[in-house]
Amino acid sequence: MRRLLEPVVQFLAPALLVVGVGIGSTLVSSSNEIYFLNALVSVAIVVAIYVFIGNSGVLSFGQMSFVAVGAFAAGILTIPLESKTGVLPELFPLLRDHTIGNVASLLLGAAAGGAFALIVGLPLMRLSGLAAGIATFAVLEVTHNILREWTKIGPGATTLSLVPETTDAVQATVGALVVIAAALAYQRSRLGRRLRASREDPAAARGVGVNVHRERLWAFTVSGALAGFAGALLVHLLGSITTEQVYLELTFLTLAMLVIGGLTSLWGAVVGALVVSALDSFLIEAEQGVDLGISLDLPQGTRLIFLGAIMALVLIVRPSGLTGGREFRLTR
Amino acid sequence: MTATVYAAVDAQTLADAVGLGAIYALMAVGIGLVFGVLRLVNFAYGQLIMAGAYTLAFTAHWRVVWSIVACFVVVVALSLLMDRAVFRPLRGASPAVMLVTTFAIAFMLQAIALLVDIRDDTIGEIATSIAPLNQPTTIQGVDVRKITIVAVVVAAVSLALVALLLLRTTIGLHMRAASADFGTARLLGVRANRVIAFAVLLSGLLAAIVSVMLTVQFPFVGPDFALRDTIVVLVGVVVGGIDRLWTATLGGFAIGFTTGVINGALPTEQTVFLPSAVFALVILVLLLRPAGLFAWGRGAVERV
Repeated sequence: MRRLLEPVVQFLAPALLVVGVGIGSTLVSSSNEIYFLNALVSVAIVVAIYVFIGNSGVLSFGQMSFVAVGAFAAGILTIPLESKTGVLPELFPLLRDHTIGNVASLLLGAAAGGAFALIVGLPLMRLSGLAAGIATFAVLEVTHNILREWTKIGPGATTLSLVPETTDAVQATVGALVVIAAALAYQRSRLGRRLRASREDPAAARGVGVNVHRERLWAFTVSGALAGFAGALLVHLLGSITTEQVYLELTFLTLAMLVIGGLTSLWGAVVGALVVSALDSFLIEAEQGVDLGISLDLPQGTRLIFLGAIMALVLIVRPSGLTGGREFRLTR
Repeated sequence: MTATVYAAVDAQTLADAVGLGAIYALMAVGIGLVFGVLRLVNFAYGQLIMAGAYTLAFTAHWRVVWSIVACFVVVVALSLLMDRAVFRPLRGASPAVMLVTTFAIAFMLQAIALLVDIRDDTIGEIATSIAPLNQPTTIQGVDVRKITIVAVVVAAVSLALVALLLLRTTIGLHMRAASADFGTARLLGVRANRVIAFAVLLSGLLAAIVSVMLTVQFPFVGPDFALRDTIVVLVGVVVGGIDRLWTATLGGFAIGFTTGVINGALPTEQTVFLPSAVFALVILVLLLRPAGLFAWGRGAVERV
């Protein structure tokens, strides 16, 4: 009974949080709705990153490349045909003359992210430790550089706009749920368990016949596909995007979300994404002045100071993250 | 193409590249010293340098000596404060947690700098007092900026002093012992807090030196001052081999020198895809030599 219940509980706890945020977004004013939807897309991105870093224990700064590739692939192919030749005349004809629908675009994001991750991961997954961190960071730099300068595949340094804003409350919620379900299915599968074994003790895992390179490549590819999917959700939420928005700052922020929640559990990824999003949204509002019984009005520009300080404080007090890196359990 | 590139790499470009390499080497030592004893990659190192640059900008009307002294005081104090408030509680945490915490600290310090800028309504302070060092001087028909010579000399002297300190003094011996195996070193009577505080102090002094020299060369001080340099140096340090101080230093110098030569040699319109080429090379080096370009011998593979 317990063995049957465990995966259900592990899915339901984060799922309920996500659905709660989704319902919350429909109850608040339209100016506040964006905070809730942003939080849901953050959940999708952070969970995608977690699938690789959390299960393998290898640090990667490169997962944002797959978010970027997914976002730009989905964005470019959903701009209405009549305006596309006008705003992006230099595109390859294949990209310029076709437009696809909403669901197809999300799937395309996932496919693009996954394929790119597979190609990149093939050589890179041999690395561990800091070398892996720096090499994946180099991937992010290369991706950003090419997306920014090559105008045949995208908008270059200008803003990609006129993307249909299809990520509403329903799509954001369902999207986040899909990512969570995929992540859970992966980590509970044979593949996921082999990889987690190699995270705990690489030598012992090799000793029982785990091919660490292959297992990491699997996780990297799944993570890349989910990241591409999350990127598609992001671009359809914002309606316009630049390469700078899916680069260093978002990399640091999403990594911080993951570490604050707890690096080694899906529950931690979801909790971290939601807590940091909530904190950030609150601080943005507090800069405008909010009334919580006592009125609170932070000076302009202090938001990032508080955000940085609180993130550092959480990590100093609880280095293993808010959830301690454990999955949600009913019994202690 | 080759001919133009060859022609463009003249003596002046080489001199500038060596100057940049020297500064990056100092940053690499600063990062490597702390990594040695704490196993912590301090991403906020660039913000120490940024704080020094701000101090120089705000004290620009003082006498140059006092301005530089103020810069040293602020940077070293901030460095020690970082150790007490952040590094010490995090000792023994996983590398990812330590790194991300220094991200958060870097974020915070940058946001504070932005706020300082907004208050004065002068984004991009200029540190003028030490700018004359930027003037060129002529050595055997080659124009070399004075700061380049100063940078190379100061870097060489600093590196020699650090090396002497590590090789010839008791505290240096303790530091080397601590970075080889902290647990065993403590058992043999090395006092952890002292060694770490000393490494952080040295690292802070180096950051102060770097901030003076970078501010001379790039007098437009802003919140992201030295941020890009820090990222590049971190890449260089890992590519060179972070486990040993001298390979890390060499890595820092190499990436600074390479950046300098390429930036000087290629006209701007040809450099748009340059970052891709450089980082593709970084990936290649890491794949071929994961322990570091200058690290000889293979690391032992653990077996059951």
